[in-house]
Amino acid sequence: MSSNAGPTTAGIGTAPVPHTEHDDHLHDHEHHDQHWLWKYVFSQDHKMIARQFLITGMLWAIIGGVLSSLFRLQLGWPEATLDWLQPLLGKWIEGGKLNPEFYLALVTMHGTIMVFFVLTAGLSGTFSNFLIPLQVGARDMASGFMNMLSYWFFFLSSVIMFCSLFLETGPASAGWTIYPPLSALPQAIPGSGMGMTMWLVSMVFFIVSQLLGGVNYVTTVINLRTRGMSMSKLPLTIWAFFLTAILGILSFPVLFSAALLLVFDRSFGTSFFLSDIYIAGQALHNQGGSPVLFQHLFWFLGHPEVYIVIMPAMGMVSEILATNARKPIFGYRAMIGSLIGISLLSFVVWAHHMFVTGMNPFLGSVFMFLTLIIAVPSGVKVFNWLATLWRGNIRFTAAMLFAIGFVSLFISGGLTGIILGNATLDIQMHNTYFVVAHFHLVMGSSAFFGLFAGVYHWFPKMFGRMMDEKLGYIHFWLTFIGVYLVFMPMHYVGIAGFPRRYYSWTGFDAFSQFADLNKFISIAAILAFFAQFVFIFNFFYSIFRGRRATENPWNSTTLEWTTPIVPGHGNWPGEIPAVYRWPYDYSKPGSEVDFIPQNVPYSQTPSSNLPYERELAE
Amino acid sequence: MNTSEATLADKELGLGWHPKRVLLILLIFSIVMMFAAFTSGYIVRRDEGNWREFDLPMSLLFNSIVIALSSAAMQFAYYSAKHDEIKRANLGLLLTIVLGVVFLFGQLHSWSDLVAGHTFFGGADANPSGSFVYVLMGVHAFHLITGLIFVGVVLKRSLKYQVHSRAMLSIGNATLYWHFLGGLWLYLYLFLLLNH
Repeated sequence: MSSNAGPTTAGIGTAPVPHTEHDDHLHDHEHHDQHWLWKYVFSQDHKMIARQFLITGMLWAIIGGVLSSLFRLQLGWPEATLDWLQPLLGKWIEGGKLNPEFYLALVTMHGTIMVFFVLTAGLSGTFSNFLIPLQVGARDMASGFMNMLSYWFFFLSSVIMFCSLFLETGPASAGWTIYPPLSALPQAIPGSGMGMTMWLVSMVFFIVSQLLGGVNYVTTVINLRTRGMSMSKLPLTIWAFFLTAILGILSFPVLFSAALLLVFDRSFGTSFFLSDIYIAGQALHNQGGSPVLFQHLFWFLGHPEVYIVIMPAMGMVSEILATNARKPIFGYRAMIGSLIGISLLSFVVWAHHMFVTGMNPFLGSVFMFLTLIIAVPSGVKVFNWLATLWRGNIRFTAAMLFAIGFVSLFISGGLTGIILGNATLDIQMHNTYFVVAHFHLVMGSSAFFGLFAGVYHWFPKMFGRMMDEKLGYIHFWLTFIGVYLVFMPMHYVGIAGFPRRYYSWTGFDAFSQFADLNKFISIAAILAFFAQFVFIFNFFYSIFRGRRATENPWNSTTLEWTTPIVPGHGNWPGEIPAVYRWPYDYSKPGSEVDFIPQNVPYSQTPSSNLPYERELAE
Repeated sequence: MNTSEATLADKELGLGWHPKRVLLILLIFSIVMMFAAFTSGYIVRRDEGNWREFDLPMSLLFNSIVIALSSAAMQFAYYSAKHDEIKRANLGLLLTIVLGVVFLFGQLHSWSDLVAGHTFFGGADANPSGSFVYVLMGVHAFHLITGLIFVGVVLKRSLKYQVHSRAMLSIGNATLYWHFLGGLWLYLYLFLLLNH
C-alpha cells in the first residue's frame, strides 16, 4: 500500500505517516493513486496480504467454533430436542434430533477448518507474511506476485470448502484425516460423495497456496536479509517461520500425492487404497489396494503439519516473552537448535498415529523411541521460556498473558504426549477422549494462544493503533479458564474409556455416568467460544477507534519497530537499517535504556559493551 | 521489483544465488518430495502382494532417448547464449521444445501400448502395478508441460535479444528445470525397470 496518504484517518492503515519519500531505485513508477482494487484486493504488498490472511483466518475460526459448539450440544445434551436449530441447520435436524451423519460432517469440517484454514493459513500465513520482510530488513517478499497468488489460491480453496458446507449430501464426513475406504466410497456415507470431491479439490488449491507461500518465505530469509543480519542474529520468530516453511515445502507435496491417488480411486476406478470390498449387497471390482498405504502418506504430511501449526506460535511466544520480561531470551542458540531438532524429528515419527493399524510391534517401538526423543527439544524450549521469565521485570500486557498461557498449555498438553507416544499406552487410549484432550491442548489451544499473543503484540504495527488492554485481559482470563475447564475433564473421561467419534453414547451403561461431565465440558466450550467475541469486537473496534500507536510501543529491539507507525510500500521510507547486534539486548548491564535495538552500532553504546563487543565497536 | 540488482547489493550474501534461482530450487525440492511419495508408495504397496507383473513397452526406451537429447539441446542453447551466439541459442531452445513435444506424444503412444498389453489405469481389470505407471507418467508429463511453457518464455525473450552472456538468469533457470525434468524421467524409468 502507498504511504502517501498523508495525515488522514479514513480507515485501515492510513494513520499519519511522517516520512513519505522512498528510495528512487525502488519506485521508478510509484503509484500515487493506486486503485483500491490493487491496493486492498489484488495487493502484492506483504503487509496487506498478511491482513488478508488474518481476517480470512478469523472468519474461518468463527465457523470452526460454531461447528464445535453444535456438536458439543449433541454430546452434552444427547436427549434434548434441537428444533430451535432448524433455522440454521434445516433438514439436518430430523424430528428434533441432529442427523448422525451430519454430526460426523461437523467433526470433520471442524478439524479441517481449524488445522488447515485457521492454524496453518491464518497463523503462519499472517505472521510469516507480515514479519519476515519487516524483521529481516527487506522491502517485500522475494516474489510479490507469487505471494499474492498464494493468498488467492487460499481464497479459492476457502470458497470451495465453504460451499461444500451447503451441499445436499453434506460436506466431507470421513474425519479430517479422510481415511479410505470410508472417504473413497459414496455408498459408505453420504459425505463421501460430492462433499469429499469438493474437499479434495479445495485441499489441492490449499497445497498450491502453501507451496507458493512457503518458497517465498524461505527465499526471503535466505536472500533478502539486510546488511549485518546474519543467520545468528535473526529473531527467533524468523527462525520459526523459516523452518515451518521448509517443513511445508517438504511435506505438503506428499499430501498432494495421497490426495491425487484418492481422487483416482474415487473417480477413475483405480485401486490404490481399495481392495476386497463388499458394500450394500454389492461386491466392488477393486483389487489390490492398501488403505494403510494412505495412512502412511497422510501422516507423513500430518505429523509435520502439527509442527507447522505450533512452531510459528513458539517463535512469536519467544519474542514476546523476552520483550515483556525485559530480559534476553534464555539460551538463544539452544532455542534455534531445538527448533531444528523438532523439524528433523517431525519427519520420522509419523507412524505413531498408526499404532492401532496392526503394524509390526518392532516397527512400532522404533517410532515410539523417535517420538519420545521429541520430548528433549520440547523440554529445552519450555525450560528456556521459564528461565526467561525467571526474575524478569515482567510487564503483563495482553500479549504477554497469552504468551505465558501458551507455555502453560504447551506443558499441560505436552506431558500427555509422553503417555500417548508409548505404543502400549496408545493402543489403550487411542479411541478415547484422552487423545482429543491431548492434541487440543498441545497444538490446538496453544497455537491459538500464540496467534492471539501475536495479534495483540503486532496489532500496532499492522493497523497503527493499540488494542484495548482491558478487553484483552477479559478475553485472556475467560479463554484461559475456559480451555482448562474444557480439556482437563476430557482427560479424565478419556482415561475412563469414553470413546471419541461417537454420535450417541447414551445406549451404553458404561458411559452414561459421564453425562454430567459431558454437559460440563459442553457448557465450558460454548462459553469459551462466546468469549472470543470479546476479541473480535476489540479487534475491529481498535482498527478504527483504538488508541493511536507510537512507532515502538513495547520498547522492542527488532527491526519492524524502526519503521514508521504504519509502514508504507517498501517498509522503510529511507535506507533499510543495517544490523549490528542480536535481537535480545534487553536490560543490558551498563546501558542507560533497558533495550538496545538491533540497528544501534556498538560504537554508540560504549558503556554497555562486553569485552568482545568493544573490538566490534572499533 | 525488490529483486533488482540495486536492491540485492546491500543484502547479506545468502547462498550466492539469485532469489529466483532459490525459488526454483525450492520448488524442485517439493516436486522431488511428491515423486518420493509416489515411488515409496509403489514399493510399500508392491511388498504387500497382489501385484500383477507386466513388461514395460519398448517405446519408453525411445522416449527416454528423446528426452536425453532434449536436455543436450537445452545445454547447447545455454552454452551458446553464454557465448553470445544468439542464433544458435534460439535454435537450441526451439530444438528443446520440439523434442519435448515429441517426448510427450511418445508417452501418449506408450500409454496405448500399455492398453494394448491389457494394462489398464482403472476399471475391473486394473491392478495398482499398472495404475502407478500411468500416474507416474501422467504427473511427470504435467510438469514437463510447465517446463515447455518456461522454455517457450525464454525463447520469446531470446528472440528479442534479451538473453545473452550478461542476462543468463532466465535461461539458466530454464536449463536447470529442464535437466531436472529429464533426470526425473530417467529416474522414474530406471525405477520402473528395476521394480516390477
